[in-house]
Amino acid sequence: MEYVNIFVKSIFVDNMIFAYFLGMCSYLAVSKTVKTGVGLGAAVIFVLGITVPINYLLENYVLKEGALVWLGEEFATVDLSFLSFIMFIAVIASMVQLVEMAVEKFAPALYGALGIFLPLIAVNCSILGGSLFMQERQYANIAEATVFGLGSGVGWFLAIVAIAAIREKIKYSNVPAPLRGLGITFILTGLMGIAFMSFMGIEL
Amino acid sequence: MSETAEAQVVAKEPKEPLFSKKNKKLLSDPLNDDNPITIQVLGICSALAITVQLKPTFVMSVSVLFVMIGGNLIVSWLRNLIPSRVRIIVQLVIVATLVILVDQVLKAYLYDVSKQLSVFVGLIITNCIIMGRLEAFALGNKAWPSFLDAIGNAAGYAWIMLAVAFARELFGSGTLWGFQIVPDFLYDFGYADNGLMILPPMALITVGIIIWVQRSKNTKLIEEN
Repeated sequence: MEYVNIFVKSIFVDNMIFAYFLGMCSYLAVSKTVKTGVGLGAAVIFVLGITVPINYLLENYVLKEGALVWLGEEFATVDLSFLSFIMFIAVIASMVQLVEMAVEKFAPALYGALGIFLPLIAVNCSILGGSLFMQERQYANIAEATVFGLGSGVGWFLAIVAIAAIREKIKYSNVPAPLRGLGITFILTGLMGIAFMSFMGIEL
Repeated sequence: MSETAEAQVVAKEPKEPLFSKKNKKLLSDPLNDDNPITIQVLGICSALAITVQLKPTFVMSVSVLFVMIGGNLIVSWLRNLIPSRVRIIVQLVIVATLVILVDQVLKAYLYDVSKQLSVFVGLIITNCIIMGRLEAFALGNKAWPSFLDAIGNAAGYAWIMLAVAFARELFGSGTLWGFQIVPDFLYDFGYADNGLMILPPMALITVGIIIWVQRSKNTKLIEEN
């Protein structure tokens, strides 16, 4: 039950886009059609589901104060948490590269679909954000962290598919000229964010 | 990264004065015609969530300015040494080092602001404005133009952020920089703060309105659809 709760919460209540604005740059740039939106969304779910648990292990066995205790008693007071940014981003950048190579080798069809989006993801704020929120919220075990990572990815996926669908439709509407394109997308995202706020406080 | 940013890469010239016309343009363009937020769509990620009040916004803008200048200078000095295949990782490491510096300084001297900014200081690393300018400009230009480009873009980022924060703090809590601006007698007459302005979605709508105003003044920026 705890897992379902974390999952639902990370999709709807703590939605990466609507509650924290993470990954906005690619969200705005790649949401012109539903098809590319789906591709990038799937890649984000994939990479978040992999990097959050890896960074969880890194956080709990290397970086946190006392995390190095498995090396010996004298390491109990070592606190490396100031290194967490650089470690997390290194893990993310190298994982993205690895994932890209693995997908290309073993699943060419998936690579064809995700291909161009994977390199974009290393600098997608929602990926690093996922790891940093994982660090801040102190999940109890690696399964919870994985569920959180996947849930955040699904939330991001839903957001980008929804805005892409709206943008496809809005071409047929008469938007005031200076608002066309970027402006109306901002306002739409804001309105969707207000709608998503109605999920606040949901617990299963 | 947007095409306008790519197109802007300036050809190298043998000798030119420090503040030539081209260099001045590097400073002034990002303020309006090529604004990182409203035109290039860079750096929105970590920016909007911290614009509830002026003070954290100001601290964030200064942090971004510092990281951008440092990153642009270092990358532009190293640009001939970085192999292009691993350049993203190299850039990320340079930026991450600078962000760690900023984070530790904030924790030491401005602890309450640092708590307020929470993960968003760390997210400067993946702030696309920094990566975008490194990729589009610093990798292909000498140190001095890169330095000016960093200042220009950071300033363009800062003024939009400060404008959003100004509107949100004034209408949302009736204060500016923590001092009360809306006088008490207005509240006695039944004026109420607009609670919606404090919530995250209003940041997006405020930026949308800024874009609206900017593009109706500057009609060449209007998009097709």
